[in-house]
Formats: sequence, structure tokens, C-alpha cells
Amino acid sequence: MSAPEPLLDALLLRSRLWRGDTRADVALPSEPTGHASLDALLPGGGWPRAALTELLVAQPGIGELSLLVPALARLSRRDAWIALVAPPCLPYAPALASAGIELSRLLVIRVHDGADRLWAMEQALASGACSAVLGWPTFIRERALRRLQLAAENGKALGFYFSAGEATSSSLAALRLQLHPAAPARRIVAALHADARVPASDTTDSPPGTRGRDATFTPPLLGIRVLKVRGPGIGRALVLDVRRPFAQTQVAAAPSPARHRAAS
Amino acid sequence: MLWLALHLPRLPIEVFLRARDPAVGGSAAAPFAVGEAGSPPRLLIVTPEAERLGLAPGMAASAAYALAPDLVIRPRDRTLERATLDSLALWAEQFTPMLHVAEPDALLLEVAGCLRLFGGLDPLADRAADDLAHLGFDPRLACAPTPTGALLLVRNGFDSRITDLDTMRARLAQLPVDGLAVDDTTVQRLRGMGMRTVADCLRLPRDGLARRAGPALLDHLDRALGHRPDPRAPFVPPPRFASRVVLPVPVHEVEPLLFAARRLVGELAGFLAGRTAGVTRFTLRLEHERRPPTCVPIELSMPNRDAAHLTALVRERLSRTALPAATEAIALDCDETQQLAPRNFTLFASDEVTTEHRVALVERLRARLGHDAVHGLEFVPRHRPELAHHESEPGHAIHPTATPPRPLWLLATPEPMASAALHPLAGPERIESGWWDGRDAQRDYFIATRTDGSVVWVYRELDDSAVRWFVQGWFA
Repeated sequence: MSAPEPLLDALLLRSRLWRGDTRADVALPSEPTGHASLDALLPGGGWPRAALTELLVAQPGIGELSLLVPALARLSRRDAWIALVAPPCLPYAPALASAGIELSRLLVIRVHDGADRLWAMEQALASGACSAVLGWPTFIRERALRRLQLAAENGKALGFYFSAGEATSSSLAALRLQLHPAAPARRIVAALHADARVPASDTTDSPPGTRGRDATFTPPLLGIRVLKVRGPGIGRALVLDVRRPFAQTQVAAAPSPARHRAAS
Repeated sequence: MLWLALHLPRLPIEVFLRARDPAVGGSAAAPFAVGEAGSPPRLLIVTPEAERLGLAPGMAASAAYALAPDLVIRPRDRTLERATLDSLALWAEQFTPMLHVAEPDALLLEVAGCLRLFGGLDPLADRAADDLAHLGFDPRLACAPTPTGALLLVRNGFDSRITDLDTMRARLAQLPVDGLAVDDTTVQRLRGMGMRTVADCLRLPRDGLARRAGPALLDHLDRALGHRPDPRAPFVPPPRFASRVVLPVPVHEVEPLLFAARRLVGELAGFLAGRTAGVTRFTLRLEHERRPPTCVPIELSMPNRDAAHLTALVRERLSRTALPAATEAIALDCDETQQLAPRNFTLFASDEVTTEHRVALVERLRARLGHDAVHGLEFVPRHRPELAHHESEPGHAIHPTATPPRPLWLLATPEPMASAALHPLAGPERIESGWWDGRDAQRDYFIATRTDGSVVWVYRELDDSAVRWFVQGWFA
């Protein structure tokens, strides 16, 4: 029985043999984020597949969902669900659709109880029927996290969960990113020259369209700091334009608003 | 012809015990026995635990109680045994369309035509035995070219798988005369004649044997040995699947109920496999003493016959059902089935997600969280933002053509906000609509950034002299 083994090894080494059992591991270990500079920062060049990613977000509206949109838009063209478990607000269909996400692949799970949120996330991750699962758990303990991680591995899904957690606390997630609003470089320059026209100092009740109209003003960007990653890159940071829909629009110069006299 | 006999020697006790989880029961479970009415009532079959306490079949019930005070004795329930055999016949239809219920304790399956499908006799017989073990039975199997032969062999403890007549005849010749399944007077008469085995009978001249032991015996032997045709009435399935298990003792907890329900779901899966169908609606009926039964209807959006998926649905529903009293029996009624298209197996394991996978997830989530908790999203062509989207059935959606910039998060109710904290990025976009339906909206929308760096979608009512600002969405 000892004779065939070296022969087998030699055959395997020559890599002419295609082994069925290694096929699952050959599958893409990561999913491109759609942001070139972020891809360059992450080992594997994208969101880790079959693993959990924790996104620490202190406040909504800073582009935390737009960060995921390019990957979600691509995943939504596959035959699998993209599950949103207990989103904090209503996911708005017109915006999601115009961001390129196939609406018929979205599955929204409305659940309030904390334990049920984790259960729903685990079911969605482990089912193998979801390409990505986005969850907003109320709390998450280490044991629950381990289960979710295992479920993501079994179901080969991208798991994202959003937390307002402390950056200092430890986590089992494969990737942890802290998201924060970052002022664009141009605005800082403008502010220095124009003697800090900070909108908060303006206390008049005039509509925002008539005030602080600064030609150099652009919307805040999304700052990302890598808290944990499999491989090198911990502590690295970058500032990203997540391409939110208003980037191309301008504040109307004259008070002649676009009128939608509706007949819906 | 090739007949596979499935014999359930412990059926009278298994109809009760199959509803009890042996892993949970173990040695801690109360000893259990099935008794036969009479004077005095006697034990018919006992569990191994009861046997260790010194109880044995044939013992008087009073003596048994003296040995084991916590013994539970249930009277034998022949109706339940018959019903159980019938539902097993439904389950066995996945193996062959020709089967016969041999009362009181066996099924006969004609398998000559379906050996190829299952890869031979042994794989088929092993699969049937494994499946029966999952359903809570301890079967004996024998295979022979004649149905009577197969039954005689299996009831006499031969688990032989014989496919040719000569081997079967040789094996049957070794049977003792009291194993022939004929009436006692015939056996007595044969013994009086000095006959010990079937071979002894066969050595006698036929006419002499017929004269002395009756023509029925000769007919019986001829059928067993394959000298005469032995037609069997095929099992005629009822139009609907229904099965029921009786719990050995009434229970309050959900876990033992789940175990019993799993047995029923296993039978249902076999029944569905036999007709390449999937179930779309079934009902679990939990029977209580002196109370109306609790009905738990379970609906599926796509026909399915996967026992694991059905069990998962049952688990979620049962664990959320409040039971008014202890449950004595569980019945499963299959209300609606649909044909399933047969599917090819793939050669290589595939990660492909099928519609069944997606539907299965939705059903599992809905079974626990409720129907409305799981939905899809779709666009509605309206100008008022709060009316421009809609919850849809998952998987169905209407896409917008082109929309102006809209936030990814929408607030269900707009929140007031001080304008001081806002810095405009885009706008205004005026939306005036809905004067006809009482929810008139005349608003100027702006995209604005707040001092904390977040971007919001705010509006101002046109007819509002106080100039108040409301946040309706977040550009997340």
C-alpha cells in the first residue's frame, strides 16, 4: 500500500488533477467593494466573503450604506437575496433602484426583539440563499457573533452588521471598519481663507438655500479607519467619496425651484 | 416477482413509543408496556427498561405493578396499529406502486420492477430499513419470490434476501409446522401425525395431506412455494395523506411534541416522494383530553417535500403555539399538494442558489416572525416621497425609470429640525401633490449637510409661515 502514495503525490503536485473537494475553497475569497482605493487597502481586494464585517457608525447619514452600494448592486444581479435585517429606517426603494440595486432581490426583515434579530441574521446567513446580509443588531455578544460567523461560512454569504459600538472593544468579525464623516480637503482650504464661515454660527431662520452658498463647498466625504483585518493594514485610514446621488447636483442659484406639479 | 416483506414485530408498542424521544427518555423514562385485555389483563410487549425490572410479556398486570409501581400500561390499540400500517403503506409508495398491507404487522412490497432505480435489492432494503428506523420502528426484512413465502420467512425470524424459487423452497422446508401461520387445530393434527417441519409435510402424498389436514393447508403451501399463483389486493391509497401518533403519556412541553411531529413529517415526505409531489398546506392537530384540538395550519408558498425544511417550519410554529392542555396525540393532515417537476442531480456540488432555496428562507423567517415581517420593496410612481415606495411580496418588484436624487433611508414620520444646523448642498425641489386625497403636500426639498457631517433630506411646507424644517431622509 505504500507504493501508490508517492505516485499520487506526484500527480497532485503536477496540478493536472482537478480535485472536486477543493473547489469550494477556490471560490472568490472576497468581493470587490467597487471603490478602488478601499480595495487596495483590504487584503483579498474587497469585502471578505463567507465572513462577517463590522461597520462602526456613530450616526446615520454619513454614507455608510452608500459604501456598500456598488458591491450590493453587483450582488443583486445574482439569484440570491440581499437581506436587510432590522434596518433603522425605511430602505427607500426609488433610491436603491437608482443606485443600481435590483429591487426584486431585496428582502427586508422587520424585527424588533434583539434575540430575534440575531436569529434572523443567522438564518439568512446560513441559508445559502443570500449573497449578502446586512444587520442592525441591538446588542451582540461574543457567542452570538461566533454563531453568525459560522453561519456566514456555511452559507458563503457576505455578512455586514452595523454597530454604534466602541472602537476599543474587541470583536470576532473578520473585518472591522470605523466610519466617520470627513471634511473634503477643498472645504478646509475655503474655510481657512474665508475666516471660518461655519454654518452653525448662522442663526437666521432663512431657508438654507439662500444662506452659506459657498461655491467651493462640497459634501462631506466618508472617512474609514481599519480597526481589524485579516492580514496587514490595521490602523490604516482613508477618505472616500462614496458617490452619493447629490454629488452631481447644484444648489439653484436663483430662487426658481424645479416644479413638480403632479398628476400622480 | 420479488416480494420484500417489512415486518414490525413490536408494532403494538411502537405505535406509542415512536412518539417518545429515546434520547430524552433513556433510563430515566418510566417503564412502559402494552397490555392485552382479559382476566387477568396481561402484558403483551414491554420496553427494555421494563424488562430490566423483571417484567416480561405474558405477566399479569397486577404482578407487573408490584414489581414496577411507576409502570405505564396502555391497552393494545388495534385500530391505531391498522391506521399506522396504512400510513406506512403511504410512505412505502415511494419504493413501489404495488404493495399490500399484510395485517396485523407487515407490509409486502413488490420490488422486482424497481430494483434498478434503487441500485439493487440491498440498497433498497437498507434504505427502507433506515427510513423505518427514522420513523421509530424496528423492522425485520425478508425478500422472497412469493408474498406468502416472504411473510413466512420474516415472521419466523429469517432475514434472508432470496431471489430464486429453489433457495426459497429449501429455506421454507426447514420451517417448523407451528410457524406455518395456519390455525391451531391443523398444527395439532400435523404434530399428531409426527410432522415437525414443512419438509415432513411435503414428503407426504398430496392427496393424502389434503384429506388429513384439509385443502386449505395444501393451498397455503402451494402459494408459499410458488406452485400456485398468489394474487394480493394492491393497497389503494386514500386521496389525502393523514397520519396520527399517540403519545405514550400526555405531555405539556413542546420538545416531545416536536419529536413526535418529526415522525409524521417523515411519513409525509415518503408519501410525497412516491407521487413526485410537494405539499403546499398541511395542518397539525394536537389532541387534548376533554378539550377541542389545537389546529396549527402551516402554509408554504412553494410546494416542498424536504423533511428537514418541513420539520423546521413545524418547529417554529409549534414553539410559538400556546397549548391549552396536555397533548395526547398529534395528527398531520396534508391539505394541498402540487406536482413537483423532477430534478436532475448535478455531478459537481454547485453553489447555485435556486428559487427553492430563496423561498425556503422566506418561509422559515415568516414561520417565526409572522407573515408581514418579511417583505420586498417596490417603487410606486407617485410624487410624494412617502407614497413612492411600497412593501411587496419578496421577489416581486416594480422598478422606477428615473428618479431625482433620493435618500437611501426614509423616515416613516418626518422629524422637525432647526435650520441653523443645516448647510444646503442641493435644492430646492418643489413637490406639490395630493390636494385631492386629503394628504396635500406642498413642499420645497433640499439636500443639506448638518454640522455633524451627516447629509439629510429636508423640506419646508410652502404654506407654513413659521418656516419649520423637517428631515425626511438620510443620505446614508
